[in-house]
Amino acid sequence: MTQAHEGTEKAAGQAYLHIERLTKMFDSFAALKDVSLDVHEGEFVCFLGPSGCGKTTLLRCIAGLDIQTFGRIEQAGRDISVLPPSERDFGIVFQSYALFPNLTVNKNLAYGLENRKQARTEIDRRVRDLLELVGLTGQEDKYPAQLSGGQQQRVALARALATSPGLLLLDEPLSALDAKVRVHLRHEVRQLHRRLGITTIMVTHDQEEALTMADRIVVMDHGVIVQVGDPVEIYRAPATPFVADFVGTMNFLPGIAADRRRVRVGDVDLECAGEVDWMEPGSSVTVCVRPEELMVADASRDGPNAMPTNVDGIEFLGAFYRATLAVEGMGTERLTADIPPNLVRSLDIREGANLTVIFPDDRIRVFAGR
Amino acid sequence: MADAATLRATPLRARLSRDDLIHGAGLIVMALFIVVAMALPLFWILSKSFEDADGNFTGLVNYIRYFSTPALVTSAEHSITIGVVITVVVVGLAFLYAYALTRSCMPFKGLFRIIALIPILAPSLLPAISLVYLFGNQGMIKELMFGESIYGPIGIVIALVFWIFPHTVMILTTALATADARLYEAAVALRASKLRIFFTVTLPGAKYGVMSACFVAFTYAITDFGAPKVIGGWYNVLSVDIYKQVVGQQNFQMGAVVGVVLLFPVAVAFVVQRLVQRRQMAQLSAQAVPLEPKPNRRFDLIMFACCLFIAFILVGILGVSAYASFVKFWPYNLSLGLENYQFDLMDGGGWGAYWNSVKMATATAAFGTLIIFTGAYLIEKSQRYRSFRSALEFLAVVPLAVPGMVLGLAYIFFFNDPGNPLGFIYHSMAILVLCTVVHYYTVPHLTALTALKQLDAEFEAVSQSLKVPFYKTFARVTFPVCLPSILDISIYLFVNAMTTVSAVVFIYGPDTTLASVAVLNMDDAGDIAPAAAMAMMIVYTSAAIRILYGLATYGLHRRTQAWRAR
Repeated sequence: MTQAHEGTEKAAGQAYLHIERLTKMFDSFAALKDVSLDVHEGEFVCFLGPSGCGKTTLLRCIAGLDIQTFGRIEQAGRDISVLPPSERDFGIVFQSYALFPNLTVNKNLAYGLENRKQARTEIDRRVRDLLELVGLTGQEDKYPAQLSGGQQQRVALARALATSPGLLLLDEPLSALDAKVRVHLRHEVRQLHRRLGITTIMVTHDQEEALTMADRIVVMDHGVIVQVGDPVEIYRAPATPFVADFVGTMNFLPGIAADRRRVRVGDVDLECAGEVDWMEPGSSVTVCVRPEELMVADASRDGPNAMPTNVDGIEFLGAFYRATLAVEGMGTERLTADIPPNLVRSLDIREGANLTVIFPDDRIRVFAGR
Repeated sequence: MADAATLRATPLRARLSRDDLIHGAGLIVMALFIVVAMALPLFWILSKSFEDADGNFTGLVNYIRYFSTPALVTSAEHSITIGVVITVVVVGLAFLYAYALTRSCMPFKGLFRIIALIPILAPSLLPAISLVYLFGNQGMIKELMFGESIYGPIGIVIALVFWIFPHTVMILTTALATADARLYEAAVALRASKLRIFFTVTLPGAKYGVMSACFVAFTYAITDFGAPKVIGGWYNVLSVDIYKQVVGQQNFQMGAVVGVVLLFPVAVAFVVQRLVQRRQMAQLSAQAVPLEPKPNRRFDLIMFACCLFIAFILVGILGVSAYASFVKFWPYNLSLGLENYQFDLMDGGGWGAYWNSVKMATATAAFGTLIIFTGAYLIEKSQRYRSFRSALEFLAVVPLAVPGMVLGLAYIFFFNDPGNPLGFIYHSMAILVLCTVVHYYTVPHLTALTALKQLDAEFEAVSQSLKVPFYKTFARVTFPVCLPSILDISIYLFVNAMTTVSAVVFIYGPDTTLASVAVLNMDDAGDIAPAAAMAMMIVYTSAAIRILYGLATYGLHRRTQAWRAR
């Protein structure tokens, strides 16, 4: 298995959170397999992956809620590998919010502060600041059940920040919310992060969430880190077919390497922008291209990587149309292409129409194997 | 992949926090409690059954003697027979009643619900005494027996059906109340007949409830001691045999043998129940639409008539004892008075016995709730010691499979053992409380566990991240949120401690006679009217506590549970 550890970024200086060769066994099942990662001070990192990929386990190991079977975790230069959660320095927000139902918003926020023998006035001031920070001033005497989901989420966030921890852990914090509220809160959490500069790790299975919020995304699958990179990198240059498939939509075409620059799908040759040095002529490959990167033009168009094609079906998705294309010479393989509505109108694209589809050579990614 | 080097390394061990250490200490205390108050006594009774009167190990001799004594073996057959008959009758009636409560639109459902619970307030001696008044030799309506005697299996069955009825109704109402309306709509849309819907949707949905009800009914039926003692006549059953062997003949070894024999069918039923329940999955998904019964005049009327009949019998049986307790001298002087309540003029313990019961029930409710809820909390909410906790969780449900008679006898053996340093509690109030707490441990334990499972599992994690010690979260969140369940538990323990006979009949001392034991002894001495009066005192007390509890929780709910309102 290839591992693209820290392949993209090796920031100068000490990492704030240093995770070294973490393995977590649940009986004979390995939830994490030899995972290493550095998170830098002030960074917003997302752990992204399907359920069961180990992202939550990794977060729980960082929090000390589960102790890894092997490996080492350092936070701010301190070895915290086997410390109980109460001796680590983090705030956490769960998907369920875990707000204390019988305590008002005020008391939920003051919960961690009251334990520190601070003066009452000081606690009150801190709670007021927190309420303002998350925009809940005026709601302090309500019980959690009297708040909307989004408001509860904000209380949970404020409570996690109350004791000014060095690390903020978010475990699928937005998953339980309505789509609209979710989009809004994404933005707010991001803003909050900018304002406070607190190192933040968020676990999510929602690729859109990861792409819009993270400074860096850690894509995980089956207990290993598959790729680490910034959102654009992850989207544009997925390291494996798994990442390509999991993040965004992708066309996968089985092919054979013709030479180091060209791949053959069916009877059709596609040119790639650069040389792919591992490609041996004759080896099987998978060719990937995103639906929105495919260009369509009228049937008369010609040029590099332009193929005559026939529209097999077309679906209206609101902001764009999604067409299924049968490319001449590619046999039964079908391509998915996203086409803006005005182009559909001007080219009069409908089922059965003949078109040209162009594969931009710098947008083609080739992976070994099928 | 983890390479060979890391795999060879020893796995990391979490450093325990202060909370973890306190949890661990708590779990050890809890384990000690279970071992001393349950496991060791049970071991003692088991070993006694293999010994002769002088304490020499004799192997299976006692058992061989038992099984070659026809009178004793007959009791075992009797126990099983009435166990099965009672189970069939009571589960059938309770199903009908629960079905009417949950699936019909008959009037007065709330009242019927309350009436069904009446028998819980009484010791099992009470229905037996009522039956004596109704069908005994001088019974009010003994003609209805058509020459049969009420003293024997018929009496035992009727008395215990009355007494077990509320337990089965509660289980079955819960099982029938949680139905998904969509299944019924689908069945109707597929044009299934009413009967077919009943057998293909209703019954499978309530399957596990019915099995639980059967288990409870069977266990209660064969382990009860009060009813067969009063009305069993010559029809011997195991629980009465234990009593006769120990109290009558002072043959402790044979008592132990009968106890182990009684333990056996209950343990089998218990294991079967556990195996079945393990296969039970969540019946109700989150999207289920609760079933609302639709009015249907004919059906509602039939159901109303059935419930009215059953409720009449329930109230009637209680009413007979109540009436009898005031009658001056049945059947010769029917004028009413309080003579029968002058317990101090009779043998059996007098008013002192009554007050002992109140003390014992109060202590059982207080200490029992504390022990059981804390135990359930430690099992459910501490983070480490996984296998230790699951072992304790198993031990906590074992008392359900231990008949009260067996536990009581085990306590004699264990605490009366001259070598036992805890022997000083023998014949004291403490041993009665301890025994009763253990006897009724399981149901409140499961109630507490359910309440705790409903709390967000992450409360403890959040508290740790905020560096708040667990006991503060327990005091500020867990305890207040679980308060309704905690009060339920204490009421359950109180009422059961008031009514229990079986476990305590062996271990009460000269100064710690209890009301229920007094009922038994007065009945034994032929003072049946005062026995009825004392049984009614138990009912009045249990009822008063229930009503008080209802009023108190109503007020408390408004004050402390305001957060539940949206």
